[in-house]
Amino acid sequence: MSNSHRAVISFAIMALLLGMVGTIQSWNVSLAILNLCLISAIMSLGLNIQWGYAGLFNAGVMASTALGGLAAVLVSHSPVGKAWAAGGLDTGLAPMTLVLTVLGAWWIRRKVPEGYLRKVMFLMWLLCGYALLRYFYEQASLNIEAVDPAQTGFLGGLGLPILISWIVGGIAAAGLAWVVGRVALGLRSDYFAIATLGISEIMISILKNEDWLTRGVKNVTGLERPVPYEVDLQQSQWFMDLVIRLHSVDPNQIRQEALQEMVISASGVFVKLCYSGLFLIVLLIILGLAALALNSPWGRMMRAIRDNEVAAAAMGKDVTNRHRQVFILGSAVIGVAGAMLTTLDGQFTPGTYIPLRFTFLIWVMVIIGGSGNNLGAVLGAFITWFTWIEAEPVALWAVENLNSLLSEENPLRQHFIDVAPHLRMVIMGLILILVLRFRPEGILPERNINSK
Amino acid sequence: MDFLNAIVLISNYVLIPSLVYGSQLALGALGVTIVFGIMRFANFAHGEMMSFATVCTIFITWWFQSLGLTAGIIPTALLALPFGILITSLLVWGTERSIFSYYRQRKSKPVIFVIASVGVMFMLNGIVRLFIGTDEIIFMDGLKFIIKAGEFKKWSGLKEGLSLKQTQVLTVLLAIIAVAWVFWFLQKTKMGKAMRAFSDNEDLALLSGINPEKVVQATWFISAVLITLAGVLYGLDKSYKPLVYFHLLLPIFAAAIVGGIGQPIGAILGGYIVAFSEVTATYAFKKFLRYLGPEGWSPDSLVQFLSTEYKFAVSFLILVLVLLIRPTGLFKGRVL
Amino acid sequence: MSYLLGENLIGGYGTGDILKGCTISAAQREISVVVGPNGAGKSTAMKAMLGMLKVLKGRVTLAGQDITNISPQQRVQLGMAFVPQTNNVFSSMTVEENLELGAYVRTDDYSDTMGQVYELFPVLKEKRLQPAGELSGGQRQQVAVGRALMMKPSVLMLDEPTAGVSPIVMDELFDRIIEVKKTGIAILIVEQNARQALAIADKGFVLVTGQNRFTDSGQVLLANKEVRRTFLGG
Repeated sequence: MSNSHRAVISFAIMALLLGMVGTIQSWNVSLAILNLCLISAIMSLGLNIQWGYAGLFNAGVMASTALGGLAAVLVSHSPVGKAWAAGGLDTGLAPMTLVLTVLGAWWIRRKVPEGYLRKVMFLMWLLCGYALLRYFYEQASLNIEAVDPAQTGFLGGLGLPILISWIVGGIAAAGLAWVVGRVALGLRSDYFAIATLGISEIMISILKNEDWLTRGVKNVTGLERPVPYEVDLQQSQWFMDLVIRLHSVDPNQIRQEALQEMVISASGVFVKLCYSGLFLIVLLIILGLAALALNSPWGRMMRAIRDNEVAAAAMGKDVTNRHRQVFILGSAVIGVAGAMLTTLDGQFTPGTYIPLRFTFLIWVMVIIGGSGNNLGAVLGAFITWFTWIEAEPVALWAVENLNSLLSEENPLRQHFIDVAPHLRMVIMGLILILVLRFRPEGILPERNINSK
Repeated sequence: MDFLNAIVLISNYVLIPSLVYGSQLALGALGVTIVFGIMRFANFAHGEMMSFATVCTIFITWWFQSLGLTAGIIPTALLALPFGILITSLLVWGTERSIFSYYRQRKSKPVIFVIASVGVMFMLNGIVRLFIGTDEIIFMDGLKFIIKAGEFKKWSGLKEGLSLKQTQVLTVLLAIIAVAWVFWFLQKTKMGKAMRAFSDNEDLALLSGINPEKVVQATWFISAVLITLAGVLYGLDKSYKPLVYFHLLLPIFAAAIVGGIGQPIGAILGGYIVAFSEVTATYAFKKFLRYLGPEGWSPDSLVQFLSTEYKFAVSFLILVLVLLIRPTGLFKGRVL
Repeated sequence: MSYLLGENLIGGYGTGDILKGCTISAAQREISVVVGPNGAGKSTAMKAMLGMLKVLKGRVTLAGQDITNISPQQRVQLGMAFVPQTNNVFSSMTVEENLELGAYVRTDDYSDTMGQVYELFPVLKEKRLQPAGELSGGQRQQVAVGRALMMKPSVLMLDEPTAGVSPIVMDELFDRIIEVKKTGIAILIVEQNARQALAIADKGFVLVTGQNRFTDSGQVLLANKEVRRTFLGG
């Protein structure tokens, strides 16, 4: 079976499964899964660019995602004027100190001749800078966080349309990747993985604890939406008419409550469809760009480097530099997806970023789908996310049936119901291990363009 | 007097806790580094394996307690420990047989091993929660304090109290025994030498007639012992919580790399370095300085390098620094 | 009678055979030396005899027993010791540990053998507690040979033992190899330094493109004009 056949069949099965969820559970559930499948697809595309094109084991996917999410907040949330005022002079002095410290350190490294003196000066400068920074920063952050802590307590954002944040999120993630790349690229693969994992954890703890920037674990909720709100839809006449027409019912014959229910359900579906449309557009754009890049001379060179780093380096290719490009590009794509995710949720919750869900699950997607194949990455995302979500109801259903063997009072009964959701971890691990063992090239293997 | 107060204060809040935490990290890092030295991959499932081992030990502890089998002032968990080690060895050996051995025979790249270990991590993560849920569990029993803060104050007449938990003493003691045993094994026994030889030069080890399967078997067994010890001691000293064990992976990796991965001594040193830095960097030295400074003087701020929430970040700051300055770690590590 | 014999060996890596039917042998109490230009298949031939390379045709026998199809590890058990050209010591381990590991497959008391090795290479006894990686190139070669001797092999195979060591060290090493020969071991050496190696050879094999060009005693080969002109630089 050729790759394209397999792709068509696989996606058809996915559509069928989503359709089944739509009819058995509800279309709202089905579309919610679809939307996250689309976002996951973009994430796994980003990771596939890094792993599939260049063989980089990035275990810090979560950092890009979270940074994208932060971008959504900072772009769309309205600025909190009071907080800026409360922070006062210190708000400006803190970043200035930071910039000056860094610039000074750089200057010392540049101008002072190497030796003992430089080391001492360098260290002293950094220490003083840090102490000063910490002083201003502590003042400012305390003041800012004291402003109406139940509602704001942070600086807020720019108050721009949230769609802009999708691009900003990408750029921010790219920036972070540039810094991370400077530190970690050139290390052996598992060192690189550990380093990126660590940096992503640092990133999350910053987001969790810098309340003046992100409200920390108090979360930022009620972010503006790029699509209509359900409540508005339910009250608009045109939407009611649309629902009536689609259901082909006679408004005069149907009970008011039934109609209301239809409208409520339809408004949810409509909103989700709007999101799906937006996400699909982004996915298609990125997929198109990735395909172009993969087939360009640049893409061929990347794969050549991945397949034989030594030979590529011997031919005069700057391997680390190419890796940096790929790492930045991939992270940018993931950052876009991160901003989209926060947009979809309508809230930014730093506490929910955990590596299993936001890094390693994306890895499962890429490996299952087929490393190096973009369409495979998308398919892998769909399969994985679908399993991830649907494993729970299926497991619960199974537990209920098994439990009928146990008596009502048996404490094990409740225990099984409580822990059923964790079954999805086991299933994910099992799938990953089985695919890696029996079909390491994934469901849709990479086409070998070179051997054509 | 103030000087003594300062010493007691710093011992109570910085020195003892970081010594204990460092011992726990050292045991973990030693396990990671030995597996890395022989099998050449960073085992991402190490934290979850520790979690699994601790859960097994907890269940056996509960069973013993229900039988009325306790060890007086010593925690029951220590009686359960050997059984925990046994079950963990079986688990670890099972993953080796069913997963890792396949890739070793095919001489797969290290990164494939890492991905496989991620799969193991997922599975163990789920299995552990299936059995024990996600709640925090305290399974320490027996004597809690060897020295109580209040009694110490009365006895010494100092303003500052010093407390010493039994688990702290046990951790350090068992860590010393375990580390001594591992080193004795590696230095003195035939199998230990074979392991070092295999880690040093695999081809030559094969030419010398060393059986790789035996070496791998011994490696996993040692790592299972260290995994169980590290997990149980950490759980006894603090508490058991599945998510915390996943996060322990990070400082453990940091310790192994800081010390030079593949180097047992480095792993131990790395463990203490990471622990001391974490505790020191997040400790507020205000009170300490007040004791040392002139009478009636007190620093304006908390004199804290980083706020406590950044505890885990510290280990990675160290890691990043080491990667930048000396990528092979303190004791020249194996790769890069 | 040859103790170790590789007959009509054909084989290589991937596509294209490097060995095209060469025959190499080593007898007890003798030194066999394989020389030839780069790419002639010298090291490949040795690897084939050791089982690290699959031979397509031909056979390898040890003391009359056919060992063509058994693994390198099993051949080691049968008494074939091999000293690779590079990475031939455990550099993080002490000299003594290196020697102990050489005797890994032995279950009897090997302190006698270690004494003999120290007698043969006195400098190793001096440095026995030093990590092998800290020794000089020549001393490392001695450790490597010593390690191989620890298993009391019946055949000792050396892959370019003098690569990268100074001429004085090279002469010393060859002297020691002659000593080893006297204990009754069959020795097979692959060498770049053809002139010096043939000087100590009881039997010499000149390989060219995977085939035997000349086979004779070392002295005869050294005297042979064509060999001198083509391979020994005059």
